[in-house]
Amino acid sequence: VSRTLHQAAITGVGYTPFTKASGKSVHALADEACRAAITDAGIDAAEVDGIISFSVMHDSVPCQAVATSLALGDTRLLLDVDLGGQAPCYLVELAAMAIETGRAENVLVFRSMNGRSGPKVGGMQFHGAGGQFRYPIGFDAYMMYVAMFANRFLHETGQGFDDLAAVAIAQRRYAEMNDRAYRRQPLDIEAYRNAPLIVEPFRSDDCTVEVDGACAVLVTSLERGRDHAVPPAVIASTAYAAGRRSGLDLGDHLLWEDYTRNYTSHLREDLFARAGLTPGDIQFAEIYDCFTSTVLLGLEGLGLCGRGESGGRVRDGWTALDGGLPTNTHGGLLAEGYLHGMNTVAEAVLQIQGRGGSRQVARHETCAVTSGAMMDGSAMILTADR
Amino acid sequence: MSSSRVPAFADVDSTAFWEALGEHRLVLQRCGANGHVRFPPMPACPVCADTEFDTVAVDGGGVVYSRVRVHRALSPAMANETPYTVAAVDLDAGPRVFARVEPDAAIGDRVQPTFVDHADWTELRFRPELDQSTGDQS
Repeated sequence: VSRTLHQAAITGVGYTPFTKASGKSVHALADEACRAAITDAGIDAAEVDGIISFSVMHDSVPCQAVATSLALGDTRLLLDVDLGGQAPCYLVELAAMAIETGRAENVLVFRSMNGRSGPKVGGMQFHGAGGQFRYPIGFDAYMMYVAMFANRFLHETGQGFDDLAAVAIAQRRYAEMNDRAYRRQPLDIEAYRNAPLIVEPFRSDDCTVEVDGACAVLVTSLERGRDHAVPPAVIASTAYAAGRRSGLDLGDHLLWEDYTRNYTSHLREDLFARAGLTPGDIQFAEIYDCFTSTVLLGLEGLGLCGRGESGGRVRDGWTALDGGLPTNTHGGLLAEGYLHGMNTVAEAVLQIQGRGGSRQVARHETCAVTSGAMMDGSAMILTADR
Repeated sequence: MSSSRVPAFADVDSTAFWEALGEHRLVLQRCGANGHVRFPPMPACPVCADTEFDTVAVDGGGVVYSRVRVHRALSPAMANETPYTVAAVDLDAGPRVFARVEPDAAIGDRVQPTFVDHADWTELRFRPELDQSTGDQS
């Protein structure tokens, strides 16, 4: 009886351009990004036997359709998940578990959305019983829920609006070095403050920029990945957590007691224990950032800095390219574009592989990546192949 | 008038809550096993999972745990309301609710309930406890 465990890794990454109006179907976008990831890995589409994606309110294309248009062979793993920004690291985790147990060999994980010209996630009214207690009173946008967390977080940790501004400004510097980024014009504190408040504490530069596009990564075994065209980024650990009483739907936070801590506080122990690492071992981070505040909650939640310290650290340049913990090196969802965190994962892979171009971080052997903003979410630690 | 004001967006679990708001009362579910008063309405206790419960009337005073000030509304229906505040209010009775607070209130402020009648439903709203300028707007 063979019971081999195969260490999982990510090799190929693929993107479409991030645009205002793609003029393409979500199927065509998904196909293009997946094809690019397969080509990047230097394998044949026939070697891909798994495909996983996520969507909200059916804003994407079923994996079955993409497997069909990619002319994949017999598929061993196919999964459409109804989740939002919580999903990317979680789906990589599911792919990795399939690979580690020999259920699949090469698995595509993708997100495709016409998120600017088509349905916008931020204003969707989610299925579930929680909506009746939000939507009729004008508590009806995802940014309002994240702002509800942010205001309590800033209040309780003694941080303020300028700490949020620092996140937007630091990430914009990376975007200036990223051809793919949608927002590339320089941002300083005056320009930040000149934009009106939309939902306090958020101004426009605190918010992700919605785009049309797709992004895909290829999950494989480390053994197999060593023969691919690009170096494997080793999946040292993954974790998903939904804290207790995470609510009735994607936006319901009525039963979530502590708005100063999100899922990152809940999965931190699993994440580092599974990797055999500590927060001090992490060299750079890619933290999910639909809004600036989630970067601060993520840095503190993972223990990458102390409670209440994140804003000051960002203002001091800690997350910059020459800082102690370069963070959101693509410009984040704030500036590269809202590919719902799939591009956050892809950026981590590129940096581990040393393919970050002018924004390449100097130390790129360990990275923490997160997916999600509030009650539930996922994370992983990627390491260089040693 | 005997017709109950239960909005179309209510469900079986929440009917009693909306019906009571229509009568300008706040009623919440209380667990039959541990006495935990909960919100939102649901089929079982989120603390102990017990499915026995009754409904209790509470007075509705509370404290602002967090709040958002909306300057640009998402929905056209709210465009004329801006700026407005939505708060997460921790009720003295235990659970947290989301509701508008008019006029604005800060984190930590005490608030008292008001009942605002719309065409086919009644909204739970709050006013700062120390503010004497607005009363029950029904």
